[in-house]
Parts: sequence; structure tokens; C-alpha cells
Amino acid sequence: MSFSNDQLERYSRHIILKEIGAKGQKKLLNGKVLIIGTGGLGAPAAMYLAAAGVGTIGLVDNDAVDLSNLQRQIIHQTKDVGKPKVISGAETINEMNPDVKVVTYQEWVSASNILDIIRDKDYDFIIDGTDNFPAKFLINDACVLSKKPFSHGGIIRFQGQTMTYLPGNGPCYRCVFLDPPPADAVPTCRQAGVLGVMGGIIGTIQATEALKYILGIGELLNGYLLTFNALTMEFRKVKLPVNTNCKVCSDKATMKELIDYEQAACDMKPSSQA
Amino acid sequence: MNINVNGKKVTLEKEINIKELLILQKVEMPDYVTVQINEELIDQEKFDLTTLKDNDAVEFLYFMGGGCIESMG
Repeated sequence: MSFSNDQLERYSRHIILKEIGAKGQKKLLNGKVLIIGTGGLGAPAAMYLAAAGVGTIGLVDNDAVDLSNLQRQIIHQTKDVGKPKVISGAETINEMNPDVKVVTYQEWVSASNILDIIRDKDYDFIIDGTDNFPAKFLINDACVLSKKPFSHGGIIRFQGQTMTYLPGNGPCYRCVFLDPPPADAVPTCRQAGVLGVMGGIIGTIQATEALKYILGIGELLNGYLLTFNALTMEFRKVKLPVNTNCKVCSDKATMKELIDYEQAACDMKPSSQA
Repeated sequence: MNINVNGKKVTLEKEINIKELLILQKVEMPDYVTVQINEELIDQEKFDLTTLKDNDAVEFLYFMGGGCIESMG
């Protein structure tokens, strides 16, 4: 594959980086990233990956754009209210960069479809942009069982967190958080609120991890939980040990099948967006 | 004695366990916090049996789901 003149110009600031170069940019154009949830976290992640020239981007979401999404879900615009989010997201990406092929999955992830979605294009890296624990644990377990790297992201109020799972190289989300909290035990953003930019900060870090993984450069957040507090402007990188008793990723793993956990009563959707 | 909680120095008047520290630090929903001491995960059943020592580095790791659950319609 050789670059067109437009591509050389479009990606010139990447190509000039010695860590990327023409070779790295080709890796990005051949790269495939699946983004589950096209909301607060998924929207900025998808846009930066599209701008970077990641050649295939999968979007999973069964929701439609709501006016209350627009405070943070920047891939959707006022004209898109009422439109399926994956369609709105695909339209934005297509306008941004014609090099990107967008694959849309207008459905919620569940134990019955997530492995098929991941396998559909044999995605290189998965971004969790969901807002609820059943989906977060499902994504973790599906990635562990299918040996796929993924980035976890979470935001609430003025806080955010992210970690990266690399198969066989550090802990998974379940190593640290064990099991989903009972429905309604932990507040959601709908109840607690969230500063709109939090998704941008954490979602963009998730996109950075995807790019570095595809390029094979730098150090990723495997084995660390990065936390951010916007009020104190503090980032902390907390080292995470592997949990040798982890139900899904350890030698003693007992989980061989995916689980659909119960949703909070206020959240009847199997998987929504941050 | 002094310990470190999420990167901040905390001075303790007396010896306490993790369960008491969670109350002292006014942690919301202490039943759903992952606790690490000196980079080691502590079983939740051992919170009241685990006494903190001078210079312990304690991390409270919180569930963060993200998102904003939108209209239910």
C-alpha cells in the first residue's frame, strides 16, 4: 500500500515522528479498533482514532442521540437528536476522514453477541466506552476469553479512571474489581452528574492506548490504574498486582462462559454509553 | 503513626484496621471499594483483621462506571 499525496499531507505530522513514520502510519491504516458505546468516552476516542487514520473502526451502540447527550458526546450534533448513535457516529467519522471504514453494530452487547462482534473484523484493540458495570465486566471477560487487549474507562462527577488489559501481561479489570456492585449500589452519572470534558480526557487517553498498541510503541497502562481528579488536577498512576485468584484470567480461573449481569433498576438498557 | 492514603499523608492517633480507616476517611459505599496495601490486594473479609502499620501505602480503588445513563425511554 502506498500513500496518495493527500494521505502524505493529511498524516504528515504523524509521519514526521520517528516513532511512527510511514511504516507506523500504514499500521494505523491497517488497524482495527472496536469501540463499545459511542457516548462520553467513545465519542472522543472514535474521533481521534478516525483523525489518526485508523482504517477500521467498529461502533457498538443501540441508543439514539438525546439532547442531554450533547453536553459531552461530541461525535453527535444537534441535528442528530433522535438518530441512532452508530449512524450519527459513522456520519461524523466519514466526514472527518474518508480513509476510515466504519462498521456499525446497532445493538447492545450481551453474552450472546459480544464474541461475534469482536470476531467480526478480528479487531486489534477494544475500547470500553460503556457506562454500566454489567457491560464493563462482560467486555473484560470477553476480551480475556478471546485474548484481546482492551482499555477500560470510567467517569463520574469530576473523576475518571482508565486501565489497559493486555492478554497475559498484567491484571484484568476483574482482578481488581472482582464482581459488579449490586444494581443501584454505586451512583451513575445520571444520578451523580459528570463534567462534560471528563469523557474527553479519559476517552482520549483510551484512544492513545489503542494507537500505541497498534504502533507497538511506548508503555501502556497494563498493570496500572490511572486516575484523574479534575478539581485538584491530579493524575495518579496506581500500580496493580495480578490477582492470582482471578475468576477469569488466573491459572485458577473458573469462568469459562460469559455472564449477563443484572442492570440497576434505573438503567434497563443492557449496555449504554458513558 | 503516618500512613499514605491515595498518595496523601494521613496521621493516625492509634492503631486501626482497614474497616476503621474507611470510616475515618468517610469513604462512600465502603462495601464496594477495592483496597490495596503496599501493592497487595486485601480480601474484603479481612478488612477488620488487617491493622495498618507505619508507612503503609494504602490505595482505595473505586468503581467508576462512567457514564450517564440517559432517558429510559
